[in-house]
Amino acid sequence: MAAEKKMSSPHPASLPPANLVFSRPDPDTLCVQFSGRWELGHNRPAFEKFERELSINVKRLTFDTRRLEAWDSVLVTFFLKVVDRCRQKHIGVVHAGLPEGVQRLFSLATAVPKKTDAHQAAKKRSSLYVVGENAAAFYNSARDMLTFIGEVSLAFVQLLRGQAHFRNSDLGLFILECGAESLPIVSLISLLVGVILAFVGAIQLAVFGAQIYVADLVGIAMVRVLGAVMAGIIMAGRTGSAFAAQLGTMQVNEEIDALKTLGISPVEFLVLPRMLALVLMMPLLGLYADLMGVLGGLIVGVGMLDIDILEYLNQSQNAIRLVDFWVGLFTAAVFGVLVSLAGCLRGMQCGRDSAAVGEATTSAVVTGIVAIIVATSVITIACNVVGLG
Amino acid sequence: MSSETHIRVRHVTMAYGSFVLMRDLNFDINRGDIFIIMGGSGCGKSTLMKILIGLKSPAVGEVFYGDVNFWQLDPAQRNDIMKGIGITYQSGALWSAMTLAENVGLPLERYTDLSPAEINELISYKLALVGLAGFEDFYPSEISGGMRKRAGLARAIALDPEIVFFDEPSAGLDPISSRSLDDLILEIRDSLKTTVVMVTHELPSIFAVGNNSVFLDPETRTMIASGDPHKLLKESQDPKVQAFLTRGQETDDAKKLG
Repeated sequence: MAAEKKMSSPHPASLPPANLVFSRPDPDTLCVQFSGRWELGHNRPAFEKFERELSINVKRLTFDTRRLEAWDSVLVTFFLKVVDRCRQKHIGVVHAGLPEGVQRLFSLATAVPKKTDAHQAAKKRSSLYVVGENAAAFYNSARDMLTFIGEVSLAFVQLLRGQAHFRNSDLGLFILECGAESLPIVSLISLLVGVILAFVGAIQLAVFGAQIYVADLVGIAMVRVLGAVMAGIIMAGRTGSAFAAQLGTMQVNEEIDALKTLGISPVEFLVLPRMLALVLMMPLLGLYADLMGVLGGLIVGVGMLDIDILEYLNQSQNAIRLVDFWVGLFTAAVFGVLVSLAGCLRGMQCGRDSAAVGEATTSAVVTGIVAIIVATSVITIACNVVGLG
Repeated sequence: MSSETHIRVRHVTMAYGSFVLMRDLNFDINRGDIFIIMGGSGCGKSTLMKILIGLKSPAVGEVFYGDVNFWQLDPAQRNDIMKGIGITYQSGALWSAMTLAENVGLPLERYTDLSPAEINELISYKLALVGLAGFEDFYPSEISGGMRKRAGLARAIALDPEIVFFDEPSAGLDPISSRSLDDLILEIRDSLKTTVVMVTHELPSIFAVGNNSVFLDPETRTMIASGDPHKLLKESQDPKVQAFLTRGQETDDAKKLG
């Protein structure tokens, strides 16, 4: 076939463009003449042109490709469409006039019948069905979450009884990751939050000539809640997501299966050291964030409001009560539990492909941050109720 | 080879939710067998293995290890049986945060009272068995895919198990590595007297090592043959089994003749 040989060689730009010519060898038969260059990236006649011709009393379709200069997948897809249309209209198609390559590709493409039940998901469901499905999904995810929390609690009991199995070197590594390695980012963010608070406060307080109270504002806000919240949100983005990605990848690699079949509880071996590390480190990070925030306030107070350093520190010391510290530390520890729980839960629930790892990571951060905000509100209200305000 | 039954599978149906993957599976795995679970892609070979190793419960039916009904045990008792089973996974599934020595050593630390020195000796010995002597301090990401599978095997045989499961051992390996893995499997069966259960669809492996098998058919959603693959090749009348074991040549020939 001349046309096939030309497929492999580069064609000069001078080849004539693709064209369709129709003729009627007898009244019932339509002969389609392909000519020119039927290739990707070159113009070709619209399919409608063919359809119009087909609608006029045709019982049989033949092809003439003697003037076809070059062809590739474009011609085969065109031909597949033609055959499909002809089948709908019960028109017989004579393949013989086509290049042999096209005929063979056509039979290859149609050898396996099209799977018709593959698009189940796209089927239209009634809204009641969707509501029910979502309710069931919600129930399942709530149950999974509670199961996981239960498993983690049991693992903690094992830990207290001294029977939990994990590697101390893992715990050390996670403590390093959650603790020391997080300090730079925690410093930066908390310092800036302190600065922002002081700025905003200073403008208001200056109206009354009460600039010195910037120290109270920054000190109490940071120590009581914002230090912990800032550290918590940073750790959700930094460590919670890392936990989810690590565990998710282990799920994909069957590493978690390998632990289970060896009779080693993945919750004890993988989740426990991660949670322990974050729960131990979060209060310390929160405390450090408090310090950085107060430092930020001090910079604004001394640099902009001309307050004496000692005076600022004194004012802060008088303003912050010990109970504020305890509330802050407690809040931070709670965030440690929530962030690591969210990260590990999403990691352990991860599906079996790489896209699922990405989803698990995103979901870990979102869950972590939502949990932090909700917990902050709950703790704040609870403190008010029990008179720790 | 004794013909004592090691694992019995009775009326097992596997399902994901309401989707039934395979129903009514019945077969025996004898002590010392190299048992092949075969069938086309997506027919549930790996799921069947998961049921045998305790990762997924069957929808219906029983699995017996000796006389013990595996899925009626509570998880702790099931763990006791699992200690006698070594598993190598398709991707190796080595714990990526741990060196090869730590990977092989974890089951030893967990389930034996050996001193660290003795454990180190055993680790070196197991790694040497699979041709990885001297790779103790390498991480899984630092070695090739074939080496990872062999390291997985070293971990699987760490506790001298009675049964070793292989999930597609030769998938993704070149013909030579795949052949040497087959030899290794035979060697381990012969010297340690283990029962081997292998999920695979690699014909060369099936005929090189297998002496018993079950054939899962995704169309009828059940098993359509079982027994020695060599015998199946000679004697099975089922066109699907014949087509599988001959890479479809028989049916093609038949078509041409017909």
